[in-house]
Amino acid sequence: MASKKYDLVIKGGRVIDPALGFGKDAGVFIKDGLIKKIAAVSAAESKEIAALGEKQLIDASGMLVVPGLIDIHVHLREPGREDAETIESGCRAAAAGGFTSVCCMPNTTPCIDNQETVKFVQDRAKDCNAHVFVVGAVTKNLEGRELSEIGDLVKMGAVAVSDDGKYPQNPEIMRRGLEYAKMFDISVMQHAEDQLLSAGAVMNESYQSARLGLKGAPPVAEEIAVLRDIALCRFTGSRLHIQHVSTRGAVEAIRKAKAEGVNVTAEATPHHLILTDEEIGKAFNTNLRVNPPIRGADDRDAVIEGLVDGTIDCIASDHAPHPEEEKDCEFDRAPAGMIGLETTLGLVKTYLIDKGYLSWADAIRKMTANPARILKLPGGTLEAGSPADIAIIDPEKRWTVKAEKFRSKSKNSPFIGWKLTGRVRTTILGGRIVFEQ
Amino acid sequence: MSRLHSRHLLGLENVPRDDIELILKTTDSFREVIDRTIKKVPTLRGITVLNLFYEPSTRTRISFELAEKRLSADTINFTTTTSSVKKGESLRDTVQNIEAMKIDMVVVRHNSPGVPLYLTTCMDANIVNAGDGSHEHPTQALLDMYTIWKKYGKIDGLRVVLVGDVKHSRVIRSNVWGLKTMGASVALCGPSTLLPYEVEKFGCDIYTNIDEALEGADVVNVMRIQLERQQSGLFPSQREYTNLFGINKERLKLLNRNFTIMHPGPINRGVEITSEVADSGHSVILEQVTNGQAVRMAVLYLLSGRKEEAR
Repeated sequence: MASKKYDLVIKGGRVIDPALGFGKDAGVFIKDGLIKKIAAVSAAESKEIAALGEKQLIDASGMLVVPGLIDIHVHLREPGREDAETIESGCRAAAAGGFTSVCCMPNTTPCIDNQETVKFVQDRAKDCNAHVFVVGAVTKNLEGRELSEIGDLVKMGAVAVSDDGKYPQNPEIMRRGLEYAKMFDISVMQHAEDQLLSAGAVMNESYQSARLGLKGAPPVAEEIAVLRDIALCRFTGSRLHIQHVSTRGAVEAIRKAKAEGVNVTAEATPHHLILTDEEIGKAFNTNLRVNPPIRGADDRDAVIEGLVDGTIDCIASDHAPHPEEEKDCEFDRAPAGMIGLETTLGLVKTYLIDKGYLSWADAIRKMTANPARILKLPGGTLEAGSPADIAIIDPEKRWTVKAEKFRSKSKNSPFIGWKLTGRVRTTILGGRIVFEQ
Repeated sequence: MSRLHSRHLLGLENVPRDDIELILKTTDSFREVIDRTIKKVPTLRGITVLNLFYEPSTRTRISFELAEKRLSADTINFTTTTSSVKKGESLRDTVQNIEAMKIDMVVVRHNSPGVPLYLTTCMDANIVNAGDGSHEHPTQALLDMYTIWKKYGKIDGLRVVLVGDVKHSRVIRSNVWGLKTMGASVALCGPSTLLPYEVEKFGCDIYTNIDEALEGADVVNVMRIQLERQQSGLFPSQREYTNLFGINKERLKLLNRNFTIMHPGPINRGVEITSEVADSGHSVILEQVTNGQAVRMAVLYLLSGRKEEAR
């Protein structure tokens, strides 16, 4: 029986696996939750496949078959803010966006600065629609004062540490965090923002903030933070990952550091790659309030250049759910953050691939192989023996972002109503179909 | 054209010249009402106006309230100290509850930029911005322009200098948009720390030297300088501010002959302006206050009864 040989076969699609340098039409064969092989379907197999049941055979004609996407920067809000998102709902949103792995940030309540909370998240993530990798806190309760028990966190499975949302303002603490994390060969993921320079800010500091009378965060608040941490990273020989890069200054600093061989990596979000601060004055839409803020066109263009030339390694959403009642208010009183898991792929296709900045292979690399490499995550490839985490993408599917369609518990997206091209059709996690359009 | 393009007055940025001219001309007839013995007309009889003030204000609130009363509107006042805001009720819930009491127009002051626009999404009433944070204060700029227009018979071609805290002043922003639309040449002057980043994009002449700014100007509109800006490190001392930017008799020599001194109040005498200048024959500071009432009557009249319509 053919069904004995494979549990699932995806045929007819164009397989793109940047990790393998693979990019052509082929079948993907899955057995026991693992990739068995990627291969052209032979005449003999073709018969066997034809005999497979409907649930074992996916016809991916006209589709792209890629490794399950990886988002190394999401907020799942559990424990503490289950009204905004739960691990379960966040994972459903991930699957609906083509993501099979997410890394959750530690700014929960309680904070993920101890083994019990790591364990809690891992337990809650079991049987969810995506793999959840935990990022622990650099400092206890993200207060920037004392290191958390990073050894304990790593032992329990934390893949990196971050004080995301906060910036350890004290360089001594950051130095020790980098040194300490080095023992475990993990990255410190940094929210690079000198918060003395950006205190009270609710948007980018620019002509737009001048016009609107809103307090702006100067781009140099990010540049200075990045420069400080690159210097500390060079000095300590540790691994630093700069989160959500949003300014030209930061891109240039990272580019230079990489050329010098400093062990620094970086991510950018779709919103920093697409939006500019001119959007804010149109309607004071609080879903545009995010940190770091949406910048001006020159910064946005620099982030795109950085993504294209490899200075920025990967695309991450900084998925940050907030319930409607917290966002439906005065612009400067709204909490910062927007959801992203379900719009990333469409935005990348529409605004980066279709505009000629990235090829599909480049884009997929920045959402699979590269993030997997930075945090040493399993997956990100379709190599034989890897977990069968797969996204099947309908590359030309046109769709409109609708609030009521989000699987995320929160709907705080500035992209509602936008018309996008490219959407995931099927998401497979460990050989199991977890999402179908 | 005897109708405004919008049924709200949220700011002056992007308000067309037609609309500003209509407001200024309409102000004339209400200015005449104010000078009568019986200062009341039945124009807004049956219309209920809410003065929604989330920020302390004396003169603007009184000016609006008098304008409403002189138009025979029913008025109610709502301020933070007497509201449910302190109970944690959202702004949307607050205004929707108030609107359920059948309010036709709302005059709003709030310290968050964009609140007047936000209110248009919460309720059907006509919204008038009475100051939203550092964003806009359109009726103040309209009364400033009306005052200038009455004195010179035009605004086109005049040189107007706005002096003070450009970064935080909603009065300056609204004046910039309105004056530029009306064809004035606008200069901004203040300490570099109180000029917003990319201020040059406002399309005005920018100065940090008051003497250069005043050279050849017709109108100087002096803004109040707030002590809290000094406390947050934006300038070193009031003394130094006065030395560098204070408007005194000596500096008036730089102006054109028929110059005008304006100030939106409240005045810090001896700080941004000397008493001698504030009280001089060239000062129209109290005229501004009187005109303010007439401008607000005109705005309320022109917006009242305007419903959402297909255009």
